[in-house]
Amino acid sequence: DPLGLGRDALPEEIAAWDVDVMPDGTGLPEGSGDVMTGEEVFLEKCAACHGDFAEGLGNWPPLAGGEDTLDRKDPVKTVGSYWPHLSTVWDYVNRSMPFGQAQLLTPDETYAITAYILYSNYLVEEDFVLSRENFSEIAMPNAEGFIIDDRSDAEYPLFTVEACMQDCKESVEITMHASVIDVTPGEAADEEEASPASNEEEPAVDPELVAAGEKQFNKCKACHMVGEDAQNRVGPVLNGIIGRAAGAVDDYTYSSAMAEAEIIWDDEELRAFLGDPKGFLPGNKMSFPGLKASEDIDAIIAYLRAHP
Amino acid sequence: QGGPDPLITEVQDWASYTGEGVDETPYGLPIHFEADVIRRNVPWLTADPISSINFTPIHALDGTITPAGCAFERHHSGAIELAKPDYRLMINGLVDRPLVFTYADLERFPRHSGVYFCECAANSGMEWAGAQLNGSQYTHGMIHNMEYVGVSLKTLLDEAGIQPEGKWLYVEGADASSNGRSIPLEKALDDCMIAFKANGEALRKEHGYPVRLIVPGWEGNLWVKWLRRIEVTSGPVESREETSKYTDTLDNGISRKWTWVMDAKSVVTAPSPQSPIQHGKGPLVITGLAWSGRGVITRVDVSTDGGKNWQTARLAAPGQRMAMTRFWLEHDWNGEEMLLQSRAIDETGYVQPTKEALRDIRGENSVYHNNGIQTWWVREDGSAENVEVS
Repeated sequence: DPLGLGRDALPEEIAAWDVDVMPDGTGLPEGSGDVMTGEEVFLEKCAACHGDFAEGLGNWPPLAGGEDTLDRKDPVKTVGSYWPHLSTVWDYVNRSMPFGQAQLLTPDETYAITAYILYSNYLVEEDFVLSRENFSEIAMPNAEGFIIDDRSDAEYPLFTVEACMQDCKESVEITMHASVIDVTPGEAADEEEASPASNEEEPAVDPELVAAGEKQFNKCKACHMVGEDAQNRVGPVLNGIIGRAAGAVDDYTYSSAMAEAEIIWDDEELRAFLGDPKGFLPGNKMSFPGLKASEDIDAIIAYLRAHP
Repeated sequence: QGGPDPLITEVQDWASYTGEGVDETPYGLPIHFEADVIRRNVPWLTADPISSINFTPIHALDGTITPAGCAFERHHSGAIELAKPDYRLMINGLVDRPLVFTYADLERFPRHSGVYFCECAANSGMEWAGAQLNGSQYTHGMIHNMEYVGVSLKTLLDEAGIQPEGKWLYVEGADASSNGRSIPLEKALDDCMIAFKANGEALRKEHGYPVRLIVPGWEGNLWVKWLRRIEVTSGPVESREETSKYTDTLDNGISRKWTWVMDAKSVVTAPSPQSPIQHGKGPLVITGLAWSGRGVITRVDVSTDGGKNWQTARLAAPGQRMAMTRFWLEHDWNGEEMLLQSRAIDETGYVQPTKEALRDIRGENSVYHNNGIQTWWVREDGSAENVEVS
């Protein structure tokens, strides 16, 4: 019998959290988006990782291409070549993307991004508009490419046999060595501990503000690193950003807007930039909506100052 | 042995002077001599450590319980900080009463416990095309085994009342990845649980504090961390994690889906590449781990000649359902090179297959569910390498 624990979930609460979309489209909200709008949104919010044409950058996944590769060595699994349901694309983009800024897209933006991904896979024309109404009409190329786990027929009878104990094979030869490929991470590197640099000459920092800034920096760290061993990622490394010229990190490919901006990152410029990244410098590729609260901005600046 | 050992004949500092008091370490870490027994990442595997995996140092552990501090982590959008007062769990969908629980509510349900292994479906996945990573931590370390305490999923679902059309669950995390998976109701009602304690203490942040799902014997991706919602549905959602990922592509390009069960598997954890023999010939303890998602491990065999001849190892304790089993084989090493293998057998009679036998059926593109027999080539100097044999 029920124990009477918990309370009733309110309709507004269920609506806020129950947003998953089923293969038949159940769960899709009203809305629509076209390919061209999708391209704009994609370039702004997705292309930093997935490439302008959804081709994937570095180790980030490609979303387009890969047709006829599934039965070859190293298949290229994309939305077009592999994903069986379009609902999965909408649902994943809506709940999990963009990486580091999830669950902030509008339904129309999600429809538009989904339409652009279809277009980049040559599955729709450039004048296509995706909506809840025509959603289930889209046929995914690999929809029939899956079978339900058949190990109980295909494998278990073969492997459920008396195990041989003596003279099980005539000879044994080594056929492959891991050392030939040599991709095991080295262990020496993580044992060397660099001693923290002395920063006695730095101005005093408010440790509480720095700690608050570290928390705020969670919103940045999907793209930016600071501190020891920091490297460029989607965004440039931010060590020493205070007082540095914009677009000045070596080996980082800036937007031309940022590369050509004649800005020194002092408190005032950073405050303006972090409050409204796109408005402050149109054309720059930081796909972050900006921080509303000025105390959050101050905290991040303090945190960055603590990483000279 | 030259003369008398000064460690014995001379009074050592630690025998004269005092050590640390009880206030020194209110919650301790391992002694610094063990500083290399840590989780490790393979940076080239993924685009970013925020959406990545690391590996349990199984080469340096013994027994069966994995210490939480070095138990592997897998995040899709990083390990989040979710405080107990901010925690909510919703049950909705095809239920009589959609409910919301606080963390405090969950602690008032009848408790349930169990020891279970959690293995990533991709454990050993880098070895499909051949021997690649040199060490049991890297080849088999996407696994941990902990004692969980929490509430059975059946108890929670009974509280909401499942409607007759409800056949599946969709379970979803609170983090930015919103990782979600579909689970058939039959499994959910059989042995799944939500856990808030692991190895006696609160779950670690990286393992889903304050509440995660436990799906015994099934792939780790289903063990949703920071669990925030359980929806009873009539069919599977076919989310990203159960279509584009965690599906196993066969040689002909067709892919298996819903490959939830982790088949019987074992590995010699030492000696192994990160844990070479340093004592020369003579008595040698060969040790390793075995587990099966289909029940109890009943036997583990060990070969020192690459699978020609086998001897049955000693189980440290009788196997437990969907939990790790430790095996030991006391061996008199003659100092010659060995090709060390282990082979697990579970209560269904399933015998862990060779990698070749798996490739004959699946090809090399499966990514997931590689439970083939591992070979370590131990050389005369005691060092070891990951190899494959004919």
